[in-house]
Parts: sequence; structure tokens; C-alpha cells
Amino acid sequence: MSDTRKLTIIATKGTLDWAYPPFILGSTAAALGMEVSIFFTFYGLNLLLKDTSVLKVTPMANPAMPMKMPFGPKGLQSIDWGPKIPNVMWNIPFMDSIATTLMKKTINNCGVASIAELRELCQEAECKFLACQMTVELFGHDPKAFIDGCDFVGAATYFEESSDADQSLFI
Amino acid sequence: MSDFDSELDATGLNCPLPILRAKKAIAAMDAGQTLRIIATDPGSVKDFEAFCKQTGNELLSSGEEEGKFTFMIKKAA
Repeated sequence: MSDTRKLTIIATKGTLDWAYPPFILGSTAAALGMEVSIFFTFYGLNLLLKDTSVLKVTPMANPAMPMKMPFGPKGLQSIDWGPKIPNVMWNIPFMDSIATTLMKKTINNCGVASIAELRELCQEAECKFLACQMTVELFGHDPKAFIDGCDFVGAATYFEESSDADQSLFI
Repeated sequence: MSDFDSELDATGLNCPLPILRAKKAIAAMDAGQTLRIIATDPGSVKDFEAFCKQTGNELLSSGEEEGKFTFMIKKAA
């Protein structure tokens, strides 16, 4: 028996905000010396696409999301527009793109890494990326659109992978 | 002469980058050598304690001055 501790994560969400937890936790666990496997299924598959610009965030039906301007005078930046703007406003075309651009700016301002960077750090640390083959077919993803180094597997492989894990997370 | 072997400037970086950069820096060092880290992320105080506990490296010191946190870590044998 090896004494290396092991973490497995199931990543199910494919928006820019929810892209962070699996990669942050995975890379950090690897830095602490753990062996890490992440199983990407359903919308989580988006996190493995070469083109990270598909990852977007929307304030629509997302009442917990703060909406603060990442630039401008300090007083203006401290205002949370989230509760002030009626939800119907987010139905206007291109609002998702605007919200995504503003969130990326905020991420950059705060010294938080980009998803592409965190994902690379995970791969450098030899985190295993498992892509759910069934969802690839269900959603009609092109296997060539995925980054190199993903294994396309099914649920049984996840359970084999997690059977000797010390910690497992569902995100 | 400085009292550390390597230095890592992690100012302006947020979780988990200071830890990931430190891990990389330590990997390039020899056992017994020391790394000085400067960070501005307030979460890094508890995180470097946890990092050292988990990796077996020794946290020699941890301090704060004018919003900057300084850590000294000795690489485990």
C-alpha cells in the first residue's frame, strides 16, 4: 500500500464561476502531495475544452452572484448592483457576455489565476482528468475539441478510481 | 549574506497561487535549504501552516508587516 493520500472530484458544472472549485482544489491537493483524479461529467465537460471562452457566467437566476464594477471610482466599485437590477434585465441579448467580461476583469484584478492557467497547473502536477464518454456522446462534443491528456471513461472507472480515495468531492 | 537560500515573491497573487508557486520553488531546492515567501493574501497565513503540516516541510517563521506576510520554510529531508 502506498502512503500517498488520494483525492477524487466529480465536476458537474460548466460555467466560468463553477469552473474554479475543481481546479483550485485539485491543484492545491496535488501541491500538498496528494494523488488527484477529477471526473468531468455533464456540463463539467466544458472545463476540458481547449477553448476556455465557452465558459461564461450569468447573473440570471443567480441571486447569490455579486455584481460589482471592476473599474471606476472606489465608491462606485463598492456598490453591489446584483440586488438592485431586476432579473428580467439579464434576458437582454449579450448580457451574459458583458457579465462574463466583467467577471474576468475582477478575477484578473484580484490576482486570481485564469482557468487555462489553473488547468495547466493541475496537469503539470499530474492530476488525472477523466472525461465522461457517455456525456461526450449525449451532448455531441467533438473529441478533438478536448485538451490533450484526458481519458474518456465511464462511471465504473470513476468508482474504481475513487474506491481507494481518502477524500472525494462532488462539485 | 542572506539567511535564506531562495526567495518567492507572491505579492498580489490569490489562493491557490502562492501555495502552488511555493510548492514549485521547494521542489527545485535541496533538503535543508530555506525559502522565504512574501505574500499579500491574508488567507496564506493559515494556508502555509496547513501546507507545511501536510508536506512535512518546516515552517520556521511567519510574520506580518504593513499588509505583507513573510514566511520562512525549510525543506524536509
